[in-house]
Amino acid sequence: MAEDNNQNGQNGNGNGGGVKLLSKMRTKVLAGVKEDVQMLKVDLPAKAKEQVELVKDPTKTQVYTSIFRHKHDDTPRNRALGVLSNVFLHLHPAKINRDSVRYSYTWGMGGITFYLFIVLTFTGVLLMFYYHPEKVQAFRDVLYLEHDVPFGKLLRNMHRWAAHLMVIAVWLHMYRVFLTGSYKKPREFNWNVGVILLVLTLLLSFTGYLLPDDQLGFWAVTVGTNMARATPLLGHEGPFGHQLGMTPYNDIRFGLLGGSIVDANALLRSYIWHCIGIPIVASLFMIVHFWRVRKDGGISGPAPVMLEAEVKEPRGAKAAAHA
Amino acid sequence: MDWHQLWEIVSAPDNVPIVALVPLLIFYTALAVKQARANDRLIAELEANPQEAKTRYRKAWPFKPGWQKEVHVWPFLLRVEFLAAIIVTAILMVWSISLNAPLEEPSNPNVTMNPAKAPWYFLGLQEMLVYFDPWIAGVVMPTLIIVGLMVVPYIDTNPLGNGYYTLRQRRFSIGTFAFGFLFLWVTMILIGTFIRGPGWQWFWPGQTWDHSRLIYEVNRDLPDLFGITSNMGKVVFGAVVVGGYYLLGGFIVFALFRRHQPKDYRRMSLLQYSIMVFFLLTMVGLPIKMGLRLAMHIKYVWITPYFNI
Repeated sequence: MAEDNNQNGQNGNGNGGGVKLLSKMRTKVLAGVKEDVQMLKVDLPAKAKEQVELVKDPTKTQVYTSIFRHKHDDTPRNRALGVLSNVFLHLHPAKINRDSVRYSYTWGMGGITFYLFIVLTFTGVLLMFYYHPEKVQAFRDVLYLEHDVPFGKLLRNMHRWAAHLMVIAVWLHMYRVFLTGSYKKPREFNWNVGVILLVLTLLLSFTGYLLPDDQLGFWAVTVGTNMARATPLLGHEGPFGHQLGMTPYNDIRFGLLGGSIVDANALLRSYIWHCIGIPIVASLFMIVHFWRVRKDGGISGPAPVMLEAEVKEPRGAKAAAHA
Repeated sequence: MDWHQLWEIVSAPDNVPIVALVPLLIFYTALAVKQARANDRLIAELEANPQEAKTRYRKAWPFKPGWQKEVHVWPFLLRVEFLAAIIVTAILMVWSISLNAPLEEPSNPNVTMNPAKAPWYFLGLQEMLVYFDPWIAGVVMPTLIIVGLMVVPYIDTNPLGNGYYTLRQRRFSIGTFAFGFLFLWVTMILIGTFIRGPGWQWFWPGQTWDHSRLIYEVNRDLPDLFGITSNMGKVVFGAVVVGGYYLLGGFIVFALFRRHQPKDYRRMSLLQYSIMVFFLLTMVGLPIKMGLRLAMHIKYVWITPYFNI
């Protein structure tokens, strides 16, 4: 050690300074670490306490406020904002006539129809995972669904019964709208959109009928599309069809089936109309339908009754009545 | 009485919706009539007492002073919608667990189903095939039903009964709709479902479906009854009968409508009135043709080389 010291005598000073520096640094670091530990002991619990306070009220967190744009206190303002600031609920107004929430007036059939459409889309997409629109394979897929796929039978049953229920709900909705005179001014146009939606609902159900490719669907669709043969002008057995050059191979039925018989092409066309074509068109009409309900002044009633004496006769009619 | 046959028809999975539709229609019709009666009483009361009409709350439902006329959608409407969704889901779940969707044998063009029935909601149209050629029953009639529904708001000029149930103020329009929907559409579906058996023959409920039953029924055409044999004669005769139906029917409707619906008649333009008469007569033509066929075995009224009616 001494030798080393001597050997490095010239640098002794420097060496001594290095040691000093080292120890200086050590004390500094030690002090720093000590301080850190001290702060850890103090700060962390404090921050943790703060955090706990924050967690106690999650509505104050940034994540929460970034999702929900208003508070949840039960105030009239928040009740309105709860509807208006939510994309799924904003089709509703903030407030409605107190009597129109009564079930006995609307029967809720329009809403139920829409809900069933959502159920059908959901179960339908799941069914599509297991289904090939091909002859032979289609029927096997249905058998596979019924016997091997977990909950497959339930899925298919739900899809079919929801479809039937939707047809019933649409009819009842139309029945209610007629009985309450809700198609009258200013809702004439929306009634027409509704009629188109009614037809689309029946077509959706009908195109789905063929898809299991069993005897029931096959003959129902055969009977149904045979009527298209008889379309005036456009069918080969319809009035003036023959004169216009219609044959089984170029008439409207051929266009519907993609062939002259209900076969593989008909299955594929039925599948595409059922899963893509009609749902998209129906969705568009639904958007218009719901939009117009709001734009035409919300649902029609229950409105105060009007008396015969209060009807304002148009000018022309009045003149005619006097004459 | 073949209870087994009846049970087989009623319990066929795809017939369940119709079995459900009947009580639903009865229930909702009763619900509507109940509210219409209450409103009609109120209307009669207010018409008799103009002073009361100025001040009274004009709904059959109670309203206390101090109540707000509007309520918040959140929660008063949304909870109803949420409940409805839950109830419908529960019904669907129970229905789907307890009853299986039908699946027959794989499709086979060589084995014809007898009877081959369309889905239940189209059975009204299929039943119409008995009375009309496919181009009418399958194409023209459905088109007319759709167009007829679409013109309804434009030909119903009665401003009363907008947004509340009433029978008194809308006798004609509600009567017509009930005739078309409840009597024609739903009844024909019920006939197609419960009455029609193999060969689309008429089997009363409880009668056994006899697949080899033959009915010796000679259908005649209306011109035959009048001894018209030439083709040209049949064309002219049919045109006269059908044209006469619309003309004479139009005159009868005119006479009745003018007398019994004077206000509607006054309000309607010529175009509105003629569209209404056309659709009304076409709709009434259906049960008339059914009657001609079922009671008098008449197949066609108007025979031409191109089409038959």
